[in-house]
Amino acid sequence: MLKGENITKDFGGLRVLGDVSFEVKEGSIFGLIGPNGAGKTTVFNIISGLLKPTAGRVIFNGKDITKRPPYEITSYGISRTFQNIRVFKEMTLLENVLVGMHRLFSYSAFSMFFDLPIKRSEEKALREKAFEILSIVRLTDKADLKAESLSYGEQRKLELARALATEPKLLLIDEPAAGMNPAETEELMEEIVHINGKGYTICLIEHDMKVVMGICSHIAVLNFGELIAEGSPDEIKANPEVIEAYLGKEEQSA
Amino acid sequence: MSELITSFWQTYNTLFYTTFVHGMLALSIYITLSCGQLSLGNAAFMGIGAYTATLLTMKAGAPFGVSLIAGGFLPAVVALIIGIPTLRLSGVYLAMATLGFGEVVRVVILNMEITGGSLGLNGVPLKTELWHLILVMGILIYFFIKLRNSRFGRILEAINEDEVAASVMGIRATYYKVWAFAIGAFIAGVAGGLNAHFTFFISPREYGFEPAVDILTFAVLGGTRTLWGPLAGSTILTILPELFRFLGPYRLALNGIILVLVVLYLPNGIINRDTFTNLRRFFKKEENA
Amino acid sequence: MFLQQIANALALSAVYSLFAIGFTLIFGVLEVITLAHGAVFMMGAFAGLIAATKFNAGLALTLLASMIVSGLAGYLIDLIAVGPLRKRKFHHLAPMIATIGCATIITSTYQGIFGAEAYRFPFDFVPSTSYDIGGIQLTLLQLIIIGISLFLMVVLIFFLKKTRWGKAVRAVAENPKTAALLGIPVEQVFRLTMSISSAFGGAAGVLTGLNFNTIHTFMGGPILHRGIAVIILGGMGDIRGAMAGGLILGFSEILSVAYISSDFRDAISFGLLFLILLVRPSGIFGKVIERKG
Repeated sequence: MLKGENITKDFGGLRVLGDVSFEVKEGSIFGLIGPNGAGKTTVFNIISGLLKPTAGRVIFNGKDITKRPPYEITSYGISRTFQNIRVFKEMTLLENVLVGMHRLFSYSAFSMFFDLPIKRSEEKALREKAFEILSIVRLTDKADLKAESLSYGEQRKLELARALATEPKLLLIDEPAAGMNPAETEELMEEIVHINGKGYTICLIEHDMKVVMGICSHIAVLNFGELIAEGSPDEIKANPEVIEAYLGKEEQSA
Repeated sequence: MSELITSFWQTYNTLFYTTFVHGMLALSIYITLSCGQLSLGNAAFMGIGAYTATLLTMKAGAPFGVSLIAGGFLPAVVALIIGIPTLRLSGVYLAMATLGFGEVVRVVILNMEITGGSLGLNGVPLKTELWHLILVMGILIYFFIKLRNSRFGRILEAINEDEVAASVMGIRATYYKVWAFAIGAFIAGVAGGLNAHFTFFISPREYGFEPAVDILTFAVLGGTRTLWGPLAGSTILTILPELFRFLGPYRLALNGIILVLVVLYLPNGIINRDTFTNLRRFFKKEENA
Repeated sequence: MFLQQIANALALSAVYSLFAIGFTLIFGVLEVITLAHGAVFMMGAFAGLIAATKFNAGLALTLLASMIVSGLAGYLIDLIAVGPLRKRKFHHLAPMIATIGCATIITSTYQGIFGAEAYRFPFDFVPSTSYDIGGIQLTLLQLIIIGISLFLMVVLIFFLKKTRWGKAVRAVAENPKTAALLGIPVEQVFRLTMSISSAFGGAAGVLTGLNFNTIHTFMGGPILHRGIAVIILGGMGDIRGAMAGGLILGFSEILSVAYISSDFRDAISFGLLFLILLVRPSGIFGKVIERKG
């Protein structure tokens, strides 16, 4: 479904990604892991169009989306969440989700101004839909609260809901388990599997190995901007290079 | 009693009208601020609108309404043209670019014969009446209220809060920013046309840098989170110097002091989102006491 | 005749650059557009005027007085208006608005005190001798203006490159957080920058007052427009940009007055400005600003 071909990204003299290639199969949960600074979020930024690669291509369902702007890439069916949570803090939960659904709206400014039936009916229908999406992440009781009043974990769920609202085919989720306790992490894992079950392909960046090994069907490992391993969870677990990449970091901090 | 009202009106009607015009100008910058864009070009757009409307009524004998609408359209078209390259800039760079653009407009007006150059245009017919101002203001307020709970209002606010996140949600930010810019220009242009037709005389100086900055301060003082903020800011900053006329030139210093104080202690302006909820709570407490 | 215009253009450019350097330095270090720079310029001009007329000061003291007064004004503006905003979470435009407030306070106060009339320096304050240099007639005044401007710019560049405080300023301009981690007293650097930049603005003020032999309380406005044009042309936050922009603006103004017509002076300058805005909005030396999405 999604292919990254020989992606390289340089920032000035610094090479952040070097010749990275990977493939995400439709319907799977794909894990992207690696030590901090390995370039994982950069990959997401390139896929979603926020960054242009220095070299290489991104192909989505046969279409080259490498140089397309983010809003266009979203229309092709890719959506994402952010590592440092970027919900719209001053808007309510419902409004956040409605923003995600904005492509589904079609009424004109004229209809808005004269409060025409089409505007009212669209708003009503899509608000109901937004409510349903909030129910997937179990946040309906806080629908009219401002996003900033949510806890960290709840904001993560909101971001997920908002990304789902764009009706993507592929969902990029960036470190969803960060800052969560074990119980929340369990719940998160269930939710991701649940969403995947509904037909959304998922690409996941995550540090929590329990999550990665638990739900991913295929994993790619980055280290210092290079792809050092790719395979099933068992293969990755046993891969000596991967172990060294992670262990090496542990030894440094010991 | 009615004599009192008549003489009050005779003295202060211009102030009244001006307050309306300033309110419209504040709203014109409000719409661009509401998607995170600072435009200092609205005085220039006002000028384009003023001159367009005036030339149409004076030289072409056009009906007032037509002149006003034309006076709104021309700046909007200009805004669309310059908005596309300019709105790729952000923050301060955008502010300076729009300011520079405003200067260019002022200079162009200064040098065209048809506009009367630096001498301006004299003898603009008195056409603006109170009901015009109330009507236009009413329409504007209605528009902004409708905007707030519509998909467009949400899009603008999303862009304002986090343009990157908004773009990833599929929002084409530049498109909406340019439209907001153009609508702001339209409003400023209409305000300019209305203003010209009760001040008898227009000159390029009225549409330069200082007025552009004034418009910005209306909005910032009042608060840029709701549509009532800029209206409050413009009203206060327009009426205050009149109330303190006896201070002579120092009365503007008062505006400056208020501005600094508000910026320091009321960073979101006088009216922000929670002001109304807080006021309601405050009054409820008094009732229960 | 053309050579003569060069003399005029150089003098004008020198002052524009001097003014713009302060402006751009504040932007580069504090990331604030100070719209009070014109008011500070005007304060410098009046300080110089008073020193020359009331205290019979010579040129050097006049210049010193203007720089001290303006520098102090800049210090106070940072102390009272801009500085406190750094400690709070503010709208990114708040400092600029605060400087607008300061400018209004300063300008209207001066208008209350000095009124709207134009003041002059004492007759022959600078003797009206002229010199022939390479075929160009430069008056002593023009030489002084160019000389002092260059001198101040050189001093500033030396300060920034070679002295400890100068390097601290550059470090803070690069990244205040990193600079703080390195132990640099960032607050003091901000104050210092405001003071120095405003002093330069004041110097530009008194030199302009001398150049045109007119000082009035409205002179802050036009120069502020020019200053903005200069830094847009040259690129914000870069001293070379201020100098390049000053040269471009000064020359285009003088030459268009001489060869086209004085009506078009502003049109040419701002036409240039607008072109740059469309083609390369970051200016000649500015960093190219990329936007995501």
